[in-house]
Amino acid sequence: MSSSNQAGKIVRVAAGQGFWGDWLEAPRRQADGGQIDYLMLDYLAEVTMSILQKQKERDPKMGYARDFIGAVESIWPAIAERGVRVVANAGGVNPPACADAVRQSAERAGVSKSVRIGVVTGDDLLPRLDELIASGHPLANMETGEPLSTVRDRVLSANAYIGSTPIVEALSKKANIVITGRSTDTALTMAPLRFEFGWGAEDWDRLAAGIIAGHIIECGAQCSGGNCLYDWQNIPDLANVGYPIVEGAADGTFVIAKHPNTGGRISIRSVTEQLVYEMGDPHSYITPDVIADFTTIHLEDAGGGTDRVRVFGIKGRPPTDKLKVSIAYRAGFKAVGTLVYSWPDALAKAQLADRVLRERLDNLGLRFAKVLTEFVGASATHGPLAGEPGDPPEVQLRFGVRGEDKATVERFTREIAPLVLNGPPSVTGFAGGRPKVEEIVAYWPALVDKSVVQTRVEVLG
Amino acid sequence: MNVRLVDIAHARSGDKGDTANVGLIAVEAVWYPVLERYVTRERVASHFRGIITGPVERYELPNLNALNFLLHGALDGGGTLSLKTDAQGKVFSTAMLRMVIEVPDDEAKALKLPGSKKWPTYQRSPKE
Repeated sequence: MSSSNQAGKIVRVAAGQGFWGDWLEAPRRQADGGQIDYLMLDYLAEVTMSILQKQKERDPKMGYARDFIGAVESIWPAIAERGVRVVANAGGVNPPACADAVRQSAERAGVSKSVRIGVVTGDDLLPRLDELIASGHPLANMETGEPLSTVRDRVLSANAYIGSTPIVEALSKKANIVITGRSTDTALTMAPLRFEFGWGAEDWDRLAAGIIAGHIIECGAQCSGGNCLYDWQNIPDLANVGYPIVEGAADGTFVIAKHPNTGGRISIRSVTEQLVYEMGDPHSYITPDVIADFTTIHLEDAGGGTDRVRVFGIKGRPPTDKLKVSIAYRAGFKAVGTLVYSWPDALAKAQLADRVLRERLDNLGLRFAKVLTEFVGASATHGPLAGEPGDPPEVQLRFGVRGEDKATVERFTREIAPLVLNGPPSVTGFAGGRPKVEEIVAYWPALVDKSVVQTRVEVLG
Repeated sequence: MNVRLVDIAHARSGDKGDTANVGLIAVEAVWYPVLERYVTRERVASHFRGIITGPVERYELPNLNALNFLLHGALDGGGTLSLKTDAQGKVFSTAMLRMVIEVPDDEAKALKLPGSKKWPTYQRSPKE
Protein backbone atom coordinates (compact mmCIF):
# COMPACT_ATOMS: atom_id res chain seq x y z
CA MET A 1 0.00 0.00 0.00
CA SER A 2 1.37 3.42 -0.90
CA SER A 3 1.43 6.11 1.71
CA SER A 4 -0.55 8.50 -0.48
CA ASN A 5 -3.83 6.62 -0.30
CA GLN A 6 -3.40 6.30 3.47
CA ALA A 7 -2.80 9.99 4.11
CA GLY A 8 -5.61 11.43 6.16
CA LYS A 9 -7.24 8.03 6.64
CA ILE A 10 -8.49 7.45 10.17
CA VAL A 11 -9.47 4.00 11.48
CA ARG A 12 -11.72 3.90 14.54
CA VAL A 13 -11.37 0.90 16.85
CA ALA A 14 -13.87 0.96 19.72
CA ALA A 15 -13.59 -1.01 22.97
CA GLY A 16 -16.81 -2.75 23.99
CA GLN A 17 -15.78 -5.12 26.80
CA GLY A 18 -12.82 -4.96 29.19
CA PHE A 19 -13.34 -8.39 30.73
CA TRP A 20 -15.93 -11.16 30.87
CA GLY A 21 -18.59 -9.63 33.08
CA ASP A 22 -18.19 -6.06 31.84
CA TRP A 23 -21.19 -3.80 31.10
CA LEU A 24 -23.63 -5.59 28.76
CA GLU A 25 -24.78 -2.22 27.37
CA ALA A 26 -21.35 -1.18 26.15
CA PRO A 27 -21.10 -3.00 22.76
CA ARG A 28 -24.43 -1.61 21.54
CA ARG A 29 -23.62 1.89 22.78
CA GLN A 30 -20.30 1.78 20.92
CA ALA A 31 -21.89 0.47 17.70
CA ASP A 32 -24.78 2.92 17.71
CA GLY A 33 -23.39 6.02 19.43
CA GLY A 34 -21.35 7.34 16.50
CA GLN A 35 -19.02 6.29 13.74
CA ILE A 36 -16.73 3.31 14.33
CA ASP A 37 -14.99 0.87 12.00
CA TYR A 38 -14.12 -1.94 14.43
CA LEU A 39 -15.50 -3.13 17.72
CA MET A 40 -12.92 -4.83 19.96
CA LEU A 41 -14.18 -7.11 22.73
CA ASP A 42 -11.77 -8.50 25.32
CA TYR A 43 -13.19 -11.33 27.43
CA LEU A 44 -10.22 -13.23 28.81
CA ALA A 45 -8.46 -12.79 32.12
CA GLU A 46 -5.77 -15.08 33.50
CA VAL A 47 -8.08 -17.67 35.06
CA THR A 48 -10.99 -17.33 32.62
CA MET A 49 -9.55 -20.05 30.39
CA SER A 50 -9.72 -22.65 33.15
CA ILE A 51 -13.38 -21.83 33.90
CA LEU A 52 -14.13 -22.24 30.21
CA GLN A 53 -12.18 -25.50 30.07
CA LYS A 54 -14.32 -26.91 32.91
CA GLN A 55 -17.47 -25.90 30.99
CA LYS A 56 -16.18 -27.58 27.85
CA GLU A 57 -15.50 -30.81 29.76
CA ARG A 58 -19.16 -30.86 30.82
CA ASP A 59 -20.45 -29.94 27.35
CA PRO A 60 -18.24 -30.06 24.24
CA LYS A 61 -20.31 -27.26 22.68
CA MET A 62 -19.32 -24.85 25.47
CA GLY A 63 -16.03 -23.32 26.53
CA TYR A 64 -16.39 -19.81 25.10
CA ALA A 65 -17.64 -16.47 26.47
CA ARG A 66 -21.42 -16.75 26.18
CA ASP A 67 -21.85 -13.00 26.68
CA PHE A 68 -20.39 -12.53 23.21
CA ILE A 69 -23.49 -13.99 21.58
CA GLY A 70 -25.67 -11.41 23.34
CA ALA A 71 -23.23 -8.71 22.29
CA VAL A 72 -23.39 -9.53 18.56
CA GLU A 73 -27.16 -9.98 18.81
CA SER A 74 -27.41 -6.42 20.09
CA ILE A 75 -25.47 -5.02 17.11
CA TRP A 76 -26.41 -7.08 14.04
CA PRO A 77 -27.56 -4.00 12.06
CA ALA A 78 -24.20 -2.32 12.64
CA ILE A 79 -22.34 -5.43 11.46
CA ALA A 80 -24.59 -6.46 8.57
CA GLU A 81 -25.65 -3.05 7.22
CA ARG A 82 -23.07 -0.51 8.30
CA GLY A 83 -19.96 -2.64 7.93
CA VAL A 84 -18.68 -2.52 11.50
CA ARG A 85 -16.23 -5.40 11.97
CA VAL A 86 -15.84 -7.21 15.26
CA VAL A 87 -12.66 -8.67 16.76
CA ALA A 88 -13.00 -10.66 19.99
CA ASN A 89 -11.10 -13.25 22.00
CA ALA A 90 -14.50 -14.66 22.98
CA GLY A 91 -13.59 -18.10 21.62
CA GLY A 92 -11.94 -19.08 24.90
CA VAL A 93 -10.98 -22.76 24.69
CA ASN A 94 -13.50 -23.47 21.92
CA PRO A 95 -13.48 -20.86 19.11
CA PRO A 96 -15.25 -23.17 16.60
CA ALA A 97 -18.21 -23.65 18.99
CA CYS A 98 -18.34 -19.90 19.51
CA ALA A 99 -18.41 -19.41 15.74
CA ASP A 100 -21.29 -21.92 15.45
CA ALA A 101 -23.29 -20.02 18.04
CA VAL A 102 -22.64 -16.73 16.21
CA ARG A 103 -23.66 -18.35 12.94
CA GLN A 104 -26.95 -19.51 14.47
CA SER A 105 -27.59 -16.06 15.86
CA ALA A 106 -26.99 -14.56 12.41
CA GLU A 107 -29.46 -17.00 10.90
CA ARG A 108 -32.08 -16.12 13.50
CA ALA A 109 -31.53 -12.43 12.74
CA GLY A 110 -31.75 -13.08 8.99
CA VAL A 111 -28.32 -11.59 8.29
CA SER A 112 -26.21 -14.70 7.65
CA LYS A 113 -25.63 -13.74 3.99
CA SER A 114 -23.67 -10.67 5.07
CA VAL A 115 -21.64 -12.35 7.82
CA ARG A 116 -18.22 -13.96 7.37
CA ILE A 117 -16.77 -15.42 10.52
CA GLY A 118 -13.02 -15.80 10.94
CA VAL A 119 -11.88 -18.39 13.47
CA VAL A 120 -8.34 -18.39 14.87
CA THR A 121 -7.12 -21.57 16.56
CA GLY A 122 -3.81 -23.13 17.53
CA ASP A 123 -3.28 -21.46 20.90
CA ASP A 124 -4.61 -24.47 22.85
CA LEU A 125 -1.62 -26.52 24.04
CA LEU A 126 -3.51 -28.79 26.45
CA PRO A 127 -3.72 -31.77 24.06
CA ARG A 128 0.01 -31.40 23.34
CA LEU A 129 1.38 -30.92 26.86
CA ASP A 130 2.96 -34.36 27.31
CA GLU A 131 4.49 -34.24 23.85
CA LEU A 132 5.91 -30.76 24.58
CA ILE A 133 7.35 -31.77 27.95
CA ALA A 134 8.83 -34.96 26.45
CA SER A 135 10.47 -33.02 23.65
CA GLY A 136 12.34 -30.69 25.97
CA HIS A 137 9.91 -27.85 26.72
CA PRO A 138 9.77 -27.74 30.54
CA LEU A 139 7.16 -24.92 30.65
CA ALA A 140 8.81 -23.77 33.86
CA ASN A 141 6.90 -21.36 36.06
CA MET A 142 8.16 -17.86 35.26
CA GLU A 143 7.93 -16.83 38.91
CA THR A 144 9.30 -19.90 40.71
CA GLY A 145 11.31 -21.71 38.02
CA GLU A 146 9.63 -25.05 38.82
CA PRO A 147 9.04 -27.32 35.80
CA LEU A 148 5.41 -27.98 34.87
CA SER A 149 5.92 -31.70 35.49
CA THR A 150 5.50 -31.01 39.23
CA VAL A 151 1.80 -30.19 38.71
CA ARG A 152 1.20 -31.89 35.35
CA ASP A 153 -1.59 -34.18 36.61
CA ARG A 154 -3.50 -31.15 37.97
CA VAL A 155 -3.42 -28.99 34.81
CA LEU A 156 -6.82 -27.82 33.56
CA SER A 157 -5.89 -25.62 30.62
CA ALA A 158 -2.80 -24.41 28.75
CA ASN A 159 -2.93 -21.72 26.09
CA ALA A 160 -0.22 -19.76 24.31
CA TYR A 161 -0.80 -16.02 24.03
CA ILE A 162 -0.89 -15.36 20.30
CA GLY A 163 -0.38 -12.10 18.44
CA SER A 164 -1.90 -10.05 15.64
CA THR A 165 -0.83 -12.04 12.56
CA PRO A 166 -3.70 -14.57 12.39
CA ILE A 167 -6.26 -11.82 13.06
CA VAL A 168 -4.80 -9.75 10.20
CA GLU A 169 -5.04 -12.84 7.99
CA ALA A 170 -8.71 -13.34 8.89
CA LEU A 171 -9.47 -9.68 8.15
CA SER A 172 -7.67 -9.88 4.80
CA LYS A 173 -9.88 -12.86 3.95
CA LYS A 174 -12.83 -10.52 4.48
CA ALA A 175 -14.05 -11.84 7.80
CA ASN A 176 -16.29 -9.28 9.47
CA ILE A 177 -16.32 -11.13 12.77
CA VAL A 178 -13.00 -12.53 14.00
CA ILE A 179 -13.10 -14.95 16.93
CA THR A 180 -9.90 -16.00 18.66
CA GLY A 181 -8.92 -18.02 21.69
CA ARG A 182 -6.08 -16.77 23.87
CA SER A 183 -5.04 -13.78 21.77
CA THR A 184 -3.28 -11.08 23.72
CA ASP A 185 -5.72 -8.37 24.73
CA THR A 186 -3.65 -5.77 22.89
CA ALA A 187 -3.53 -7.68 19.58
CA LEU A 188 -7.31 -7.29 19.26
CA THR A 189 -6.80 -3.55 18.76
CA MET A 190 -3.45 -3.59 16.98
CA ALA A 191 -4.49 -6.13 14.32
CA PRO A 192 -7.21 -3.97 12.70
CA LEU A 193 -4.82 -0.98 12.57
CA ARG A 194 -2.04 -3.14 11.12
CA PHE A 195 -4.43 -4.58 8.54
CA GLU A 196 -5.95 -1.23 7.51
CA PHE A 197 -2.63 0.58 7.18
CA GLY A 198 -0.64 -2.34 5.83
CA TRP A 199 2.02 -2.14 8.52
CA GLY A 200 4.77 -4.69 7.97
CA ALA A 201 5.66 -7.44 10.41
CA GLU A 202 8.88 -5.55 11.22
CA ASP A 203 7.44 -2.06 11.40
CA TRP A 204 8.37 -2.00 15.08
CA ASP A 205 7.40 1.55 15.99
CA ARG A 206 3.95 1.39 14.43
CA LEU A 207 3.26 -2.10 15.77
CA ALA A 208 4.28 -0.86 19.23
CA ALA A 209 1.94 2.11 18.83
CA GLY A 210 -0.91 -0.27 18.01
CA ILE A 211 -0.09 -2.36 21.08
CA ILE A 212 -0.12 0.70 23.33
CA ALA A 213 -3.41 1.83 21.79
CA GLY A 214 -4.68 -1.63 22.73
CA HIS A 215 -3.32 -1.38 26.27
CA ILE A 216 -5.12 1.94 26.76
CA ILE A 217 -8.55 0.64 25.69
CA GLU A 218 -8.35 -3.04 26.69
CA CYS A 219 -9.91 -2.35 30.10
CA GLY A 220 -12.85 -0.49 28.61
CA ALA A 221 -13.92 2.58 30.56
CA GLN A 222 -10.88 2.39 32.84
CA CYS A 223 -9.23 5.03 30.59
CA SER A 224 -12.33 7.17 30.09
CA GLY A 225 -13.30 8.07 33.64
CA GLY A 226 -14.05 4.69 35.22
CA ASN A 227 -11.97 3.86 38.31
CA CYS A 228 -10.22 7.21 37.80
CA LEU A 229 -8.83 8.56 41.06
CA TYR A 230 -7.80 12.02 39.86
CA ASP A 231 -10.67 14.48 40.45
CA TRP A 232 -13.13 11.59 40.73
CA GLN A 233 -15.73 13.78 42.43
CA ASN A 234 -16.12 15.88 39.28
CA ILE A 235 -16.06 13.27 36.52
CA PRO A 236 -19.39 13.85 34.77
CA ASP A 237 -22.21 11.38 34.24
CA LEU A 238 -20.57 8.03 35.05
CA ALA A 239 -24.01 6.41 34.69
CA ASN A 240 -23.73 7.13 30.99
CA VAL A 241 -19.95 6.57 30.73
CA GLY A 242 -18.52 6.51 27.20
CA TYR A 243 -16.21 3.61 26.40
CA PRO A 244 -12.98 4.54 24.58
CA ILE A 245 -12.29 4.64 20.87
CA VAL A 246 -8.86 4.65 19.20
CA GLU A 247 -8.74 6.92 16.14
CA GLY A 248 -5.64 5.54 14.44
CA ALA A 249 -3.57 7.09 11.65
CA ALA A 250 -1.17 5.45 9.20
CA ASP A 251 1.92 6.90 10.91
CA GLY A 252 1.11 5.13 14.18
CA THR A 253 -0.15 8.19 16.01
CA PHE A 254 -3.64 8.00 17.44
CA VAL A 255 -6.25 9.84 19.45
CA ILE A 256 -8.18 8.33 22.36
CA ALA A 257 -11.76 9.58 22.16
CA LYS A 258 -15.34 8.61 23.01
CA HIS A 259 -18.72 9.17 21.44
CA PRO A 260 -20.45 12.54 21.84
CA ASN A 261 -23.12 12.85 24.52
CA THR A 262 -21.59 10.20 26.74
CA GLY A 263 -20.34 10.57 30.29
CA GLY A 264 -16.96 10.01 31.85
CA ARG A 265 -13.80 11.89 30.96
CA ILE A 266 -10.81 11.37 28.70
CA SER A 267 -7.85 13.46 29.78
CA ILE A 268 -4.09 13.11 29.97
CA ARG A 269 -4.57 12.09 33.60
CA SER A 270 -7.25 9.46 32.94
CA VAL A 271 -5.20 7.95 30.13
CA THR A 272 -2.02 7.99 32.24
CA GLU A 273 -3.77 6.09 35.04
CA GLN A 274 -4.62 3.34 32.55
CA LEU A 275 -1.14 3.34 30.99
CA VAL A 276 0.48 2.47 34.33
CA TYR A 277 -2.13 -0.19 35.15
CA GLU A 278 -0.58 -3.67 35.50
CA MET A 279 2.72 -2.30 34.23
CA GLY A 280 5.98 -4.18 34.72
CA ASP A 281 9.27 -2.87 33.31
CA PRO A 282 8.03 0.04 31.17
CA HIS A 283 11.00 -0.24 28.78
CA SER A 284 9.93 -3.73 27.76
CA TYR A 285 6.24 -4.42 27.33
CA ILE A 286 6.67 -7.81 25.66
CA THR A 287 4.10 -9.09 23.18
CA PRO A 288 4.30 -11.79 20.49
CA ASP A 289 4.50 -9.07 17.80
CA VAL A 290 6.83 -6.45 19.25
CA ILE A 291 8.39 -5.09 22.44
CA ALA A 292 6.84 -1.70 23.17
CA ASP A 293 8.69 0.98 25.15
CA PHE A 294 6.32 2.87 27.47
CA THR A 295 9.00 5.45 28.23
CA THR A 296 8.60 6.79 24.68
CA ILE A 297 4.88 7.54 24.92
CA HIS A 298 3.86 11.18 24.61
CA LEU A 299 0.39 12.48 25.42
CA GLU A 300 -1.19 15.80 24.56
CA ASP A 301 -4.62 17.30 24.92
CA ALA A 302 -6.06 17.08 21.40
CA GLY A 303 -8.99 19.38 21.78
CA GLY A 304 -8.96 21.83 24.64
CA GLY A 305 -10.53 19.59 27.23
CA THR A 306 -12.98 17.94 24.83
CA ASP A 307 -12.24 14.37 25.85
CA ARG A 308 -9.59 13.76 23.21
CA VAL A 309 -6.00 12.81 23.97
CA ARG A 310 -3.39 12.46 21.23
CA VAL A 311 -0.71 9.77 21.63
CA PHE A 312 2.55 9.87 19.67
CA GLY A 313 6.31 9.21 19.67
CA ILE A 314 6.08 5.49 20.49
CA LYS A 315 9.08 3.25 19.81
CA GLY A 316 9.20 -0.52 19.52
CA ARG A 317 11.78 -3.22 18.91
CA PRO A 318 11.81 -6.87 17.80
CA PRO A 319 10.09 -9.41 20.05
CA THR A 320 11.68 -12.47 21.63
CA ASP A 321 11.50 -15.97 20.15
CA LYS A 322 9.16 -17.12 22.95
CA LEU A 323 5.45 -16.98 23.59
CA LYS A 324 3.95 -16.69 27.03
CA VAL A 325 1.73 -19.60 28.01
CA SER A 326 -1.19 -19.30 30.40
CA ILE A 327 -1.59 -22.56 32.33
CA ALA A 328 -4.26 -23.21 34.97
CA TYR A 329 -4.01 -26.01 37.52
CA ARG A 330 -5.94 -27.26 40.54
CA ALA A 331 -4.27 -25.98 43.70
CA GLY A 332 -6.38 -27.07 46.66
CA PHE A 333 -9.38 -25.47 48.34
CA LYS A 334 -10.28 -22.29 50.17
CA ALA A 335 -13.15 -20.75 52.11
CA VAL A 336 -13.73 -17.31 53.56
CA GLY A 337 -16.18 -16.59 56.40
CA THR A 338 -17.35 -13.18 57.57
CA LEU A 339 -19.15 -11.78 60.62
CA VAL A 340 -19.92 -8.15 61.46
CA TYR A 341 -19.35 -6.74 64.98
CA SER A 342 -20.90 -3.45 66.05
CA TRP A 343 -20.04 -0.48 68.26
CA PRO A 344 -18.95 -0.14 70.98
CA ASP A 345 -15.46 -1.65 70.69
CA ALA A 346 -16.31 -3.32 67.36
CA LEU A 347 -12.66 -4.00 66.52
CA ALA A 348 -11.88 -5.51 69.93
CA LYS A 349 -14.89 -7.83 69.63
CA ALA A 350 -13.82 -8.95 66.16
CA GLN A 351 -10.27 -9.50 67.41
CA LEU A 352 -11.55 -11.66 70.27
CA ALA A 353 -13.67 -13.69 67.83
CA ASP A 354 -10.54 -14.22 65.71
CA ARG A 355 -8.60 -15.58 68.72
CA VAL A 356 -11.49 -17.84 69.75
CA LEU A 357 -11.84 -19.21 66.23
CA ARG A 358 -8.13 -19.90 65.89
CA GLU A 359 -8.08 -21.74 69.21
CA ARG A 360 -11.06 -23.89 68.18
CA LEU A 361 -9.48 -24.79 64.82
CA ASP A 362 -6.32 -25.68 66.70
CA ASN A 363 -8.21 -27.81 69.21
CA LEU A 364 -9.87 -29.66 66.34
CA GLY A 365 -6.45 -30.43 64.92
CA LEU A 366 -7.25 -28.73 61.61
CA ARG A 367 -4.12 -27.76 59.67
CA PHE A 368 -4.11 -25.32 56.76
CA ALA A 369 -1.51 -24.08 54.30
CA LYS A 370 -2.65 -20.56 55.14
CA VAL A 371 -5.00 -18.82 57.57
CA LEU A 372 -5.63 -15.11 57.06
CA THR A 373 -7.64 -12.77 59.25
CA GLU A 374 -8.66 -9.29 58.10
CA PHE A 375 -10.66 -6.62 59.91
CA VAL A 376 -12.71 -4.85 57.25
CA GLY A 377 -13.36 -1.28 58.30
CA ALA A 378 -10.14 -1.11 60.28
CA SER A 379 -7.15 -2.42 58.39
CA ALA A 380 -8.11 -4.96 55.69
CA THR A 381 -6.71 -3.18 52.66
CA HIS A 382 -4.04 -0.85 54.06
CA GLY A 383 -2.82 -2.87 57.05
CA PRO A 384 -0.87 -0.89 59.64
CA LEU A 385 -0.68 2.12 57.27
CA ALA A 386 -4.32 2.81 58.13
CA GLY A 387 -3.37 3.82 61.65
CA GLU A 388 -5.78 3.60 64.60
CA PRO A 389 -9.40 3.25 63.45
CA GLY A 390 -10.90 4.98 66.51
CA ASP A 391 -14.23 3.40 67.48
CA PRO A 392 -15.99 2.72 64.18
CA PRO A 393 -19.71 1.82 63.97
CA GLU A 394 -18.89 -1.70 62.79
CA VAL A 395 -15.99 -3.93 61.81
CA GLN A 396 -16.24 -7.05 59.66
CA LEU A 397 -14.18 -10.06 60.70
CA ARG A 398 -13.06 -11.75 57.49
CA PHE A 399 -11.44 -15.12 58.12
CA GLY A 400 -10.00 -17.18 55.26
CA VAL A 401 -8.29 -20.58 55.08
CA ARG A 402 -6.76 -22.58 52.28
CA GLY A 403 -5.33 -26.08 52.11
CA GLU A 404 -4.95 -29.19 50.02
CA ASP A 405 -7.61 -31.21 51.83
CA LYS A 406 -11.22 -30.41 50.98
CA ALA A 407 -12.68 -32.06 54.12
CA THR A 408 -10.49 -29.92 56.37
CA VAL A 409 -11.66 -26.74 54.66
CA GLU A 410 -15.27 -28.00 54.87
CA ARG A 411 -14.89 -28.55 58.60
CA PHE A 412 -13.71 -24.96 59.02
CA THR A 413 -16.90 -23.63 57.41
CA ARG A 414 -18.93 -25.15 60.29
CA GLU A 415 -17.08 -23.04 62.87
CA ILE A 416 -18.32 -19.57 61.76
CA ALA A 417 -22.05 -19.66 62.58
CA PRO A 418 -21.64 -21.01 66.15
CA LEU A 419 -19.71 -17.85 67.05
CA VAL A 420 -22.95 -15.90 66.75
CA LEU A 421 -24.25 -17.51 69.94
CA ASN A 422 -21.10 -18.74 71.65
CA GLY A 423 -18.62 -15.94 70.90
CA PRO A 424 -18.25 -12.20 71.56
CA PRO A 425 -21.41 -10.01 71.51
CA SER A 426 -23.01 -7.50 69.11
CA VAL A 427 -22.56 -9.73 66.07
CA THR A 428 -24.63 -9.74 62.91
CA GLY A 429 -24.28 -10.01 59.15
CA PHE A 430 -24.20 -13.80 58.85
CA ALA A 431 -27.23 -14.03 56.56
CA GLY A 432 -25.17 -15.59 53.79
CA GLY A 433 -24.98 -18.78 55.83
CA ARG A 434 -22.06 -21.18 55.87
CA PRO A 435 -19.03 -20.12 53.81
CA LYS A 436 -18.72 -21.85 50.45
CA VAL A 437 -15.73 -24.12 49.78
CA GLU A 438 -14.10 -23.18 46.49
CA GLU A 439 -11.63 -25.20 44.50
CA ILE A 440 -8.59 -23.05 43.77
CA VAL A 441 -7.59 -22.91 40.13
CA ALA A 442 -4.19 -21.27 40.13
CA TYR A 443 -2.24 -19.59 37.37
CA TRP A 444 1.07 -20.94 36.07
CA PRO A 445 2.78 -18.52 33.68
CA ALA A 446 5.40 -20.12 31.41
CA LEU A 447 7.27 -19.54 28.15
CA VAL A 448 7.45 -21.74 25.09
CA ASP A 449 9.40 -21.49 21.83
CA LYS A 450 7.38 -19.63 19.20
CA SER A 451 8.22 -22.29 16.65
CA VAL A 452 6.07 -24.95 18.36
CA VAL A 453 2.85 -22.93 18.15
CA GLN A 454 1.12 -22.98 14.75
CA THR A 455 -1.98 -20.83 14.48
CA ARG A 456 -4.69 -21.59 11.92
CA VAL A 457 -7.23 -19.26 10.36
CA GLU A 458 -10.50 -20.36 8.86
CA VAL A 459 -13.06 -17.99 7.38
CA LEU A 460 -16.60 -19.32 7.14
CA GLY A 461 -19.51 -17.94 5.16
CA MET B 1 7.93 20.69 54.93
CA ASN B 2 5.88 17.51 55.21
CA VAL B 3 3.99 16.67 52.04
CA ARG B 4 1.56 13.82 51.75
CA LEU B 5 1.57 12.07 48.37
CA VAL B 6 -2.22 12.14 48.13
CA ASP B 7 -1.95 15.94 47.81
CA ILE B 8 0.54 15.95 44.91
CA ALA B 9 -0.01 12.67 43.07
CA HIS B 10 -2.60 10.22 41.88
CA ALA B 11 -2.11 6.51 41.35
CA ARG B 12 -3.45 3.24 39.98
CA SER B 13 -2.40 -0.26 40.96
CA GLY B 14 -2.88 -3.77 39.65
CA ASP B 15 -1.42 -7.26 39.83
CA LYS B 16 0.82 -9.70 38.04
CA GLY B 17 0.86 -12.95 39.98
CA ASP B 18 2.00 -12.25 43.54
CA THR B 19 3.35 -8.81 42.59
CA ALA B 20 1.38 -5.58 42.90
CA ASN B 21 2.35 -2.67 40.69
CA VAL B 22 1.70 0.91 41.71
CA GLY B 23 1.88 3.66 39.11
CA LEU B 24 2.39 6.98 40.90
CA ILE B 25 1.62 10.06 38.79
CA ALA B 26 2.43 13.69 39.62
CA VAL B 27 -0.68 15.87 39.51
CA GLU B 28 1.39 18.75 38.05
CA ALA B 29 4.27 18.07 35.67
CA VAL B 30 6.59 20.36 37.69
CA TRP B 31 6.07 18.14 40.73
CA TYR B 32 7.39 15.00 39.02
CA PRO B 33 11.02 15.66 40.06
CA VAL B 34 9.85 15.73 43.69
CA LEU B 35 8.49 12.21 43.30
CA GLU B 36 11.65 11.08 41.54
CA ARG B 37 13.89 12.54 44.26
CA TYR B 38 12.02 11.61 47.44
CA VAL B 39 9.88 8.58 46.66
CA THR B 40 12.85 6.26 46.42
CA ARG B 41 12.83 2.49 46.21
CA GLU B 42 14.13 2.35 49.79
CA ARG B 43 11.47 4.76 51.05
CA VAL B 44 8.71 2.69 49.45
CA ALA B 45 10.15 -0.57 50.80
CA SER B 46 10.09 0.91 54.28
CA HIS B 47 6.53 2.26 53.78
CA PHE B 48 5.27 -1.23 52.92
CA ARG B 49 7.38 -3.07 55.52
CA GLY B 50 5.31 -5.82 57.12
CA ILE B 51 2.73 -5.60 54.33
CA ILE B 52 4.77 -7.12 51.51
CA THR B 53 7.24 -10.01 51.82
CA GLY B 54 9.48 -9.35 48.81
CA PRO B 55 11.66 -6.60 47.36
CA VAL B 56 10.59 -3.36 45.65
CA GLU B 57 11.60 -2.26 42.15
CA ARG B 58 11.24 1.27 40.78
CA TYR B 59 11.05 2.48 37.17
CA GLU B 60 10.94 6.09 35.99
CA LEU B 61 8.63 7.40 33.28
CA PRO B 62 9.40 11.13 33.07
CA ASN B 63 7.45 11.24 29.80
CA LEU B 64 4.28 10.47 31.78
CA ASN B 65 5.35 12.27 35.00
CA ALA B 66 5.08 8.88 36.62
CA LEU B 67 7.00 6.28 38.61
CA ASN B 68 6.17 2.60 38.49
CA PHE B 69 6.78 0.44 41.54
CA LEU B 70 6.71 -3.33 41.63
CA LEU B 71 5.93 -4.66 45.10
CA HIS B 72 6.86 -8.33 45.19
CA GLY B 73 5.18 -10.76 47.58
CA ALA B 74 2.27 -8.38 48.07
CA LEU B 75 -0.78 -10.52 47.39
CA ASP B 76 -0.67 -13.73 49.48
CA GLY B 77 0.20 -15.76 46.39
CA GLY B 78 -1.94 -13.63 44.09
CA GLY B 79 -4.90 -14.30 41.84
CA THR B 80 -7.15 -17.12 42.98
CA LEU B 81 -4.75 -18.43 45.66
CA SER B 82 -4.98 -15.24 47.69
CA LEU B 83 -7.27 -15.00 50.72
CA LYS B 84 -6.97 -11.21 50.83
CA THR B 85 -9.83 -8.77 50.24
CA ASP B 86 -7.49 -6.95 47.85
CA ALA B 87 -6.26 -10.10 46.10
CA GLN B 88 -5.57 -8.16 42.90
CA GLY B 89 -3.76 -5.25 44.49
CA LYS B 90 -6.33 -2.70 43.36
CA VAL B 91 -5.91 -0.36 46.32
CA PHE B 92 -2.18 -0.52 46.95
CA SER B 93 -2.45 2.73 44.96
CA THR B 94 -4.13 4.60 47.78
CA ALA B 95 -1.95 2.88 50.42
CA MET B 96 1.02 4.43 48.59
CA LEU B 97 -0.63 7.86 48.65
CA ARG B 98 -0.63 7.78 52.47
CA MET B 99 3.14 8.28 52.39
CA VAL B 100 4.48 11.54 53.83
CA ILE B 101 7.74 12.87 52.39
CA GLU B 102 9.89 15.66 53.74
CA VAL B 103 10.71 18.33 51.17
CA PRO B 104 13.05 21.22 52.03
CA ASP B 105 11.00 24.38 52.63
CA ASP B 106 12.65 26.39 49.80
CA GLU B 107 11.99 23.69 47.25
CA ALA B 108 8.42 23.14 48.43
CA LYS B 109 7.74 26.87 48.29
CA ALA B 110 9.24 27.30 44.83
CA LEU B 111 7.10 24.48 43.49
CA LYS B 112 4.00 25.65 45.39
CA LEU B 113 3.62 22.18 46.90
CA PRO B 114 0.50 21.86 49.02
CA GLY B 115 2.01 21.10 52.38
CA SER B 116 -0.31 20.25 55.17
CA LYS B 117 -0.02 20.13 58.92
CA LYS B 118 -3.03 17.85 59.09
CA TRP B 119 -0.88 14.98 57.84
CA PRO B 120 1.59 13.96 60.53
CA THR B 121 4.52 11.82 59.50
CA TYR B 122 3.43 8.24 59.97
CA GLN B 123 5.14 6.59 62.91
CA ARG B 124 5.07 2.87 63.30
CA SER B 125 4.48 1.53 66.75
CA PRO B 126 7.48 -0.44 68.08
CA LYS B 127 5.59 -3.74 68.03
CA GLU B 128 5.03 -3.69 64.25
